[in-house]
Amino acid sequence: MTTVLKVQDIAKSFGGVQAVRGVSFEVEEGEILGIIGPNGSGKSTLFNCILGQLTPTAGTVHLDGRDVTALRPSTLNRLGVGRTFQLLQVFPQLSLRENLILAGQEHRGSRLGRLFGARDAGLTGDADRMIGFFRLQHLAEAKAGGLSYGQQKLLDVAMAFMAGPRLVLLDEPAGGVNLTMLGTLKERLQALNAETRTTFIVIEHNMEFVMSLCTRILVLAEGRLIAQGPPAKVRSDPAVIEAYLGH
Amino acid sequence: MTRLHWTVILLALLGAVLILVPLDLTGYGIPWSGLKRYGTYILTLWLVTAIAAMGVNLILGYAGQETLAQAAFLGIGAYLTALTTKAGLPFGLAFLASGVVTFLVGILLGFPALRVQKHYLAFVTLAFGVLVWLIFRNEQWLTGGVMGISDIRRPSLFGVPLRHFINFYWFVLGVTAALAFVFWWIIRSPWGRAFTALRENPVRAESLGIDIRLYTLLAFAIGCAYGGFAGALYAPLVEFIDPNPFALAQNFLFLLMVVIGGAGSFAGPFIGAAVAVLLPEWLRFAEGYYLLIYATLVMVLMAFAPGGIAGLFERLFSARRGASAEKPPAPGLAPASQEVAP
Repeated sequence: MTTVLKVQDIAKSFGGVQAVRGVSFEVEEGEILGIIGPNGSGKSTLFNCILGQLTPTAGTVHLDGRDVTALRPSTLNRLGVGRTFQLLQVFPQLSLRENLILAGQEHRGSRLGRLFGARDAGLTGDADRMIGFFRLQHLAEAKAGGLSYGQQKLLDVAMAFMAGPRLVLLDEPAGGVNLTMLGTLKERLQALNAETRTTFIVIEHNMEFVMSLCTRILVLAEGRLIAQGPPAKVRSDPAVIEAYLGH
Repeated sequence: MTRLHWTVILLALLGAVLILVPLDLTGYGIPWSGLKRYGTYILTLWLVTAIAAMGVNLILGYAGQETLAQAAFLGIGAYLTALTTKAGLPFGLAFLASGVVTFLVGILLGFPALRVQKHYLAFVTLAFGVLVWLIFRNEQWLTGGVMGISDIRRPSLFGVPLRHFINFYWFVLGVTAALAFVFWWIIRSPWGRAFTALRENPVRAESLGIDIRLYTLLAFAIGCAYGGFAGALYAPLVEFIDPNPFALAQNFLFLLMVVIGGAGSFAGPFIGAAVAVLLPEWLRFAEGYYLLIYATLVMVLMAFAPGGIAGLFERLFSARRGASAEKPPAPGLAPASQEVAP
């Protein structure tokens, strides 16, 4: 197995508050890793440290053996890291297809070449395949701002895959999504993982979703890693039960 | 016919009208005696102003950054062209130099946009505008100070002198069409999509590999270069320049033009420049009340059409297309409001 991501002793403080306290873990190629923990446990801060949105106070992040600590998100994306956000982050004035083309265009040719080249950067075919994969064909021309919340969530996830990433970090993909859409989302993520061997890291509060999707779970509490292992083991871990139930 | 066909027909008609409008057509049985010298001058000024407003539209309307310095860039282009052509440089080179210099200065002005946003950025650019105006006014050895620079010659094009007001108008019309085409090309290219992403959601844009710092600088540089090109045409149009047209209030006027015309709309700067340049002329019959009427019209328009006049047309067009174009939601998909978790 190849290690795609290696996070070592990552810590992040905001003034006197230590949001993440020396978290270390590795992610293997093709793995679907879940990160869970109560509110305020440091999950999103850890994500943002890995993704260059925040500069960690201490620690390192290695992608495919290369030190990528505190690299800008755009640079990380060009190195093959995709992400989704906890809150919806689509471009409401662009159509669904345009959102997907935008998500892939910076990976096509040179910047100057894109100015003089085709309007769609040659991505309409790829975008339509992605639209088909997420079963959104009937909405290809619709403005993203007019889609339902669940449809925008699917678009948000689809955008993260447009550039063919090696690693995708999904921040609460199930948040606010209805049961029908949740089933579609899980099934599509599993299909992508099986077809492309893309590695996923998923932050999620929906236990049913995360336990059935992920092969390994990390549990954070108060900025520390308190447990990790297969879903069944984590579910019965006394430290995890205490962190969630507070006794 | 598709919307594209209608747009092409409309543009062709508009182009024909703009080409013919200064000519006397009574000899062809058309009851139009042509615009006189002043009317043609105002129309040329509208085109020059629209070029500078296109630049503001790129920065504000597409890239979502704020600028209150476009009059300064108009001034840099105008002074550069006036000084260099008087020193013997051909107009073509002076025109290109105005674009290049303002492009480079625009990059420098873009750097604050990497650190500050919105009104703070607007004030930084405004300070730059004031600084440039002070240079125009105080550096008499270079700019002539308040006395300005006079006797700026109009150029020749392939041996054809553009001294006559109609010839110069056609020349400016051609340059405007070329710059409008370049603008259209940029906004319809992947660069235009990246600018839109920068405006709508810079955090998400960056996570998709879009170098938002570079695109911010590019938007400023290209937008400011449009101000420089406009200035290069403005100097030979008026044949005399002084610091007044590049003062503080003019920077606000460019912002007003883009907002009122429709920020983020291709036609917006042309409509906005028409409101700013042509409407005051048409309201001259009202004598002392014309500014009052003008201000009231602007306020009413902003209250009822916050997307500007172009946005108003877009809304009317969309309303005419009707609900039939709306696609029904997919089976099993509730509206967003019903799906959001409490």
